[in-house]
Amino acid sequence: MALRILVAKVGLDGHDRGIKVVARTLRDAGMEVIYTGLFQTPESVAVAAIDEDVDAVGLSMLSGAHLTLAPLVVQALRERGSSAPVVVGGIIPDADVAELRRAGVAAVLGPGATADVVVETMRSVAAAVGHTVAE
Amino acid sequence: MAPSSREEWERRFAASRLREASFRTMSGVQLDPVYGTSDGEYPGVWPYTRGPYASMYRSKLWTMRMFAGFGTALDTNARFREIIRAGGDGLSIAFDMPTLLGLDSDHPMSLGEVGRCGVAIDSIADMRDLFAGIDLGKISTSMTINSPAAPILAMFVAQAQDAGVHRGDLRGTLQNDILKEYQAQKEFVFPPRQSMRLVRDVIDFTTAEMPYWHSVSISGYHIREAGSTAAEELAFTLANGFAYVELAREAGLAVDAFAPRLSFFFNAHIDFFEEIAKYRAARRIWAMWMRDRYGAHDERSLQLRFHAQTAGVSLTAQQLEVNVVRTALEALAAVLGGAQSLHTNSMDEALALPTDRAARIALRTQQVIAHETNVAHVADPLGGSWFVEHLTDELQKTAEEILNTVADKGGGSMLEGCIKGIEDNWFQSRIADSAYELERTLNTGERIVVGVNRFMEGNDDEVAEILRITREQEQRQCDRLRELRHSRDTGRVEDARAVLAKLAAQPEANLMPALIDAARAQVTLGEMMATLGSVFGRHVETPSI
Repeated sequence: MALRILVAKVGLDGHDRGIKVVARTLRDAGMEVIYTGLFQTPESVAVAAIDEDVDAVGLSMLSGAHLTLAPLVVQALRERGSSAPVVVGGIIPDADVAELRRAGVAAVLGPGATADVVVETMRSVAAAVGHTVAE
Repeated sequence: MAPSSREEWERRFAASRLREASFRTMSGVQLDPVYGTSDGEYPGVWPYTRGPYASMYRSKLWTMRMFAGFGTALDTNARFREIIRAGGDGLSIAFDMPTLLGLDSDHPMSLGEVGRCGVAIDSIADMRDLFAGIDLGKISTSMTINSPAAPILAMFVAQAQDAGVHRGDLRGTLQNDILKEYQAQKEFVFPPRQSMRLVRDVIDFTTAEMPYWHSVSISGYHIREAGSTAAEELAFTLANGFAYVELAREAGLAVDAFAPRLSFFFNAHIDFFEEIAKYRAARRIWAMWMRDRYGAHDERSLQLRFHAQTAGVSLTAQQLEVNVVRTALEALAAVLGGAQSLHTNSMDEALALPTDRAARIALRTQQVIAHETNVAHVADPLGGSWFVEHLTDELQKTAEEILNTVADKGGGSMLEGCIKGIEDNWFQSRIADSAYELERTLNTGERIVVGVNRFMEGNDDEVAEILRITREQEQRQCDRLRELRHSRDTGRVEDARAVLAKLAAQPEANLMPALIDAARAQVTLGEMMATLGSVFGRHVETPSI
């Protein structure tokens, strides 16, 4: 069985180039990828993650709202009893990484993360919470 | 016998007013305004491949139009004044995400987004602060706004009038290009056809009342940023342009009444010669199709004029200073390609909105090109290069094939073809395919990006400073909005909204006058859009990867 990943756009940011490239990259690496579409709320992402029983959630954020919205997604998941790790990718200044990690974000993928790094990160955050897939 | 295009160019050039400058090389060689053969193409002469005007930059350098906006209207007003002081000669407003989607700052979905990607504009009061101390009768203003373009134009017109500037004297550009929102930028609100009605209303209104206003800035920039190839940027943009022409004609306007006020906005990407060829091909195709397919006669309807912006997507978060070099090369391509105005990105925009210092260096980049390099002395300096002429023909051929495909989708109508292509996810899929292919070449190393997959020494250097938008600014904006809601005449607000709803339900009515009345009654942007949305409905994109 393949790893199942939900990739999501939260808030008002319509930039979807990155998330589509990442979604295809993960799919080409053998994962099952579900894309939420644009303009989701933290709650709608959490509900989708649980309904789809995913192993990890990837958020793509390019509008600068990551410090506000990413912690809310983590919170919405935990409140609903999900331990799915959340990975944030996009335009994230280095100075914000520590704060995101403190808020429970499992990993941050900045600009320039290669396809291999993206795939490896999703595998390792899923493994860290006990979700692994035989190669 | 008809005059040759060389003779035609000579006649036009002789009639042009030139700026005060010496058009010589550093060593004193006197330069001609353009070079070419007696039977070749010339700028300002059909089919305008080499430029819309005979004298090009000898009459007027391009407008150095720097895109800016962040925080509250007062924050952005300070940046605008700085741009004017530093020698920028046009304003260009970046709005924040809530404004781009027609939401007020205190809407739950706006949380964390207020003032981050641009300036927050909720009402005419914010518009007033934005232009405090700036004479709108003297400077031209460009507004990057699409879904709520009509309400924002209404607020702009209403506040200018309050400041004593008549709408007929306003100069500027409204992006108002909704088609590329569904295709690429994705800041859509209403369904395509309802949105197109608003575009029509703006074209109709500005054609009648605002002779110096550009009603639509047909934008390839975002299509390219979303991942398309150069040929797709060219073709999709022109297809959208022709769709607006068909839209306005269907509304009963004569093509030569509105087409002269259409303008374009292209990306200036890193593939130097391909970009130059793209601009040349764009001018040629526009002229030919406007004449042959749409029956335009007025020369200004045939002359494609464009703004360019360097490619945000080409900037790297690694070794930020190297972005100055990328931006300079991209800006040079735009100038050699004959841009009418130009925005240069700041080196730190791979991470955040620019600092004052980074924005100033970006403007200085244009000033170096304009005043030190002498590249603006000769029009279309690469015209006649076998390579550039070949590439121009090649891009024209590929783009025209795509244009025919879009028209076929619409059963001969470009307007229907564009809408159908959006509804079928055709544009979106092509753009995503091209983006993925480009990413693949980066991952395999076929494509080298300095600091990203090669030449990494220096990647760990400290970043000096980036602009931080605080949550305090969001709070201040929400407080201000709350005050407005309490202090305004609610009866007047409700009346204005009722009129707007009634007219929105009448497809033939032009909504601009009612929107201007609503702006004056201090109806907020979110309220105007909600009122329209109650009649128009909302667009939801089917997610696809």
